Amino acid sequence: MGFKEARQKAHDVWASLVDNKRPLIFAGAASCGRAAGVQSVISAFRTRLAEKGIEASIIEVGCVGMCYLEPIIDIKMPGKPRVSYSNINPARARKLIADHIIGGEVCEDLAIGTVGEQRADGIPGLFEHPMLAAQNRRVLRNCGLIDPTNIDHYIATGGYSGIEKAIEIGPEATIEMVKKSGLRGRGGAGFPTYRKWEFCRRSPGTPKFLICNADEGDPGAFMNRSLLEGDPHAVLEGMLIAGLAIGSSKGIIYARAEYPLAVERLKIALAQMSEYGLLGDGIMGSSFSFEIELEEGAGAFVCGEETALIAALEGRRGMPRPRPPFPAVSGLWGKPTNVNNVETLGNLPQILINGPDWFAELGTEKSKGTKTFALAGKVKRTGLVEVALGTKLRDIVFSIGGGILDEKKFKAVQTGGPSGGCIPLEMLDLPVDYERLAEAGSIMGSGGMVVMDESTCPVDIAHYFISFTQQESCGKCPPCRIGTNKMLGILQKIKSGKGTMRDLALLEELALTVKRASLCGLGQTAPNPVLSTLRYFRDEYIEHIRNRRCPAGVCRKPRKKAADNHNSNSVADATGGE
Amino acid sequence: MTDNNGDYGTGRGRLISALAKIQKKHGYLPEDALSELSRKMGISKSEVYGVATFYSQFKFDPPAKHTLHICLGTACHVRGGMKILESVRKRFKVNPGETTEDRKFALERVACLGCCALAPVVVLDGEIHGKMTPESVDKLIDDLDAPERGV
Ligand SMILES: Cc1cc2nc3c(=O)[nH]c(=O)nc-3n(C[C@H](O)[C@H](O)[C@H](O)COP(=O)(O)O)c2cc1C
Ligand code: FES
Repeated sequence: MGFKEARQKAHDVWASLVDNKRPLIFAGAASCGRAAGVQSVISAFRTRLAEKGIEASIIEVGCVGMCYLEPIIDIKMPGKPRVSYSNINPARARKLIADHIIGGEVCEDLAIGTVGEQRADGIPGLFEHPMLAAQNRRVLRNCGLIDPTNIDHYIATGGYSGIEKAIEIGPEATIEMVKKSGLRGRGGAGFPTYRKWEFCRRSPGTPKFLICNADEGDPGAFMNRSLLEGDPHAVLEGMLIAGLAIGSSKGIIYARAEYPLAVERLKIALAQMSEYGLLGDGIMGSSFSFEIELEEGAGAFVCGEETALIAALEGRRGMPRPRPPFPAVSGLWGKPTNVNNVETLGNLPQILINGPDWFAELGTEKSKGTKTFALAGKVKRTGLVEVALGTKLRDIVFSIGGGILDEKKFKAVQTGGPSGGCIPLEMLDLPVDYERLAEAGSIMGSGGMVVMDESTCPVDIAHYFISFTQQESCGKCPPCRIGTNKMLGILQKIKSGKGTMRDLALLEELALTVKRASLCGLGQTAPNPVLSTLRYFRDEYIEHIRNRRCPAGVCRKPRKKAADNHNSNSVADATGGE
Repeated sequence: MTDNNGDYGTGRGRLISALAKIQKKHGYLPEDALSELSRKMGISKSEVYGVATFYSQFKFDPPAKHTLHICLGTACHVRGGMKILESVRKRFKVNPGETTEDRKFALERVACLGCCALAPVVVLDGEIHGKMTPESVDKLIDDLDAPERGV
C-alpha cells in the first residue's frame, strides 16, 4: 500500500468515528487511568452492554492530562457530541449506559466537557476547563483523543506528513528548518537540536545511529511516558525525521523498564509502521531507508545519561564516560550517534508541517515553543500540562493546577528532579525557561514539577534527593560516589536534630566540590537540591540545628531504641526515611 | 542491541536482553542459566554478574508469590508513600528488598512509576493502584487471599 492510499484509508476510518453509526466509548487507559481503576470500568461497560444487547465500540485512548480526574470516559452517540465524564467507577459506568447510551441524556453531574466541535446543552467544551484553557497542547495534541494503537487515527490527524515534507525538502533543508524553529533538547540540557544534528551529520563513519532516549528516570516526572502511551507515532515519526536529517538508517529506542505499557504501545506502533511501509527500504518511495529497534532498559537512573545509555546498549554496566569524544563523533560501537529525548522528537513532525515560525511564535527569546510538565505533589489538579515556554510558574501552579490542596500555603515548586532545585514563593512570577530556571538555582530538566506546601520540609526534600542520587551514583568517580554519601550523612544528622552549624558549612562546601569535580551530569547536578534549599530555606536548616525542631513537622527525632534496633536502622537507611 | 557486525545471537550487545529473557522465563536469574549464558556468549561469568548486578531489575532469588512495589518517587514521597511503607513493613516484618520467610510476600521500593499525579502509588503483582492509603493497601493485600484470586 502506498502512503497516499494509506492516508485515504485513514481518513475513512476517522470519518467513521466522527460520523459514528454505533455508540462509541473512549476510555482513558494510560498508566494513570489504569492506576485509577479504568480496567474494572471497562469490564463493567462490556458486561452491561452485552446484557442489554447494545453494540458499541470501546476505544482505549491515552491521557488528556487531567490525571486527577481519572478514570475519564467519553461517550459519543451517533450524531451527538462526544462528552467527557470524570471519576467513573463501575456503578457510574452502568448509570452512563442507562442514562446516556440508552436514555440519550447527558449526565450533567458527571460531565466535564465536550470534545470536538459539537456542543451539548449546558456543558462547556472540555478545552475551556480551567486546567486546559491556559495550555498550548501541541506535542500532546492527540493524547487522550485518538487511539494510540491505531495508526490510522494518527495519519488522519496529520500524522506522517512531517516526514513526507522532510523527504521532499531533503536533510539540509530539514536541519535548517529545525535551526530556524529554535528547538532545544527537551531531555534536560537544552542544547540546540540542529547543532547536534549537524555535528553528527558531518562526522565520518557509517552506520550512524539515532537513539531515542526514553529512559525517563526522574522521580516525579512522567511526560515521556504519557506521550509514548498516548501518541507513540508522533515520537516515531520524529525519529524518521531526525534519522533523515543526520543521515542515519538505524534508530534505537531505549525505553525505561518501569514503563511496560509504553513499551507495549511502541511495539504495536512499530509493527504498524512496517505494515504501512514507513520502515525499511525506500520509505514513501524515496531513497531514505530506516529501521527502528526497541531496547528495554534494566533499571538504572544513570542510564538516562547518553554515554551511560550507550554503554548499556553495548551490554556493559551503564557507566558514563568523559566527553569528548562526543557521541556524535564516537558513540554506539564507536560510530557517530545522536541521542534525542522523546519530547524533542515528538516536536519535530509539527515543525515540519507548520513551519519554524509557527513553532517559534510561542516561547521566549532563547527558549522557543512549548514544554510539557508533569504537575504533581500538593496541588489540586495534578496531571500533564503543556504550556508556552516563558509561562509564569504562578500560572502553572495556580491557574492550571488550581492551587494548593486542602487550602494550605504554597511553599515551593521543585523542578528538574534530582538535578534541579526548589523555587520559593517569592519567585512564583518567574517565567519558566531554560535560562531563568538556571538563574534561580534550579534547572528545567525534563519537566517534572512537584509542588510543595507548608507541611513539606526542605531539609527532608534535600535529604530525599541526595539519598536517591547517592543510591543511583554508578560509583565510577569518587566525588559523586563518596561526596553524595557524605552529604547524605550530614543531612541525616541535621534531620534528626544532631547537626551543628559546622556541619552546615561542610555540607555547602561538599556540595560545591561534588558539583565541580564529578564526571557526569548526575554528580554535577546532584548537589542542586541541597544548594537551592540552602539558598531559599536556610532558616529552616538552622531551626533544625539550633532548636532541634522541624518547622514543617516532617523530620522526627530518632526513636530511642533505634540505635540498638538494627532492622529499623537499615530501613531508615534504605528508604531515606526518618 | 545488535552489535557492529549485525550479530544478534552472540554479540556482546545482546547480553542485557539475554539476561532479561532468562529473568522473564524463571522470574529471576538462576546460577546455572548464567553459567550457560557465559559459556554461550564467551563472556566470563564474573563479567556477566558484573553487568547483571548493576541493574536493579535483575533478581538473584526466586520471586515470592506476591510482590508489592511501593513508590517512593518525589510525588509519592511528599504525599505519604513512607507511611504506606512503614505500615506494610510492620505488618509483614520485612524491609524493602526482602521476602517473608514463607516466601509468600516480597516488599520492594521503586523511585517513580510515572503515575505521580495519582500519588501515592503501589504496584501489587504487576497491577498499578493510585491514591493509596495504608488502609487501602492493607485491603488490597487482604483481598489477595480471597478465593477468586486463586490463592
Ligand atoms: C543522570 C542523567 C540522567 C538523564 N536522564 C535522561 C532521561 O531520562 N531522558 C533524556 O532524554 N535525557 C536524559 N539525560 C540527558 C541525556 O544525557 C541527553 O542529554 C539527552 O537525552 C539529549 O537529548 P535532547 O538533546 O533531545 O534533550 C540525563 C542526563 C543525566 C546526566
Ligand atoms: S513519584 Fe510515585 S509514581 Fe512518580
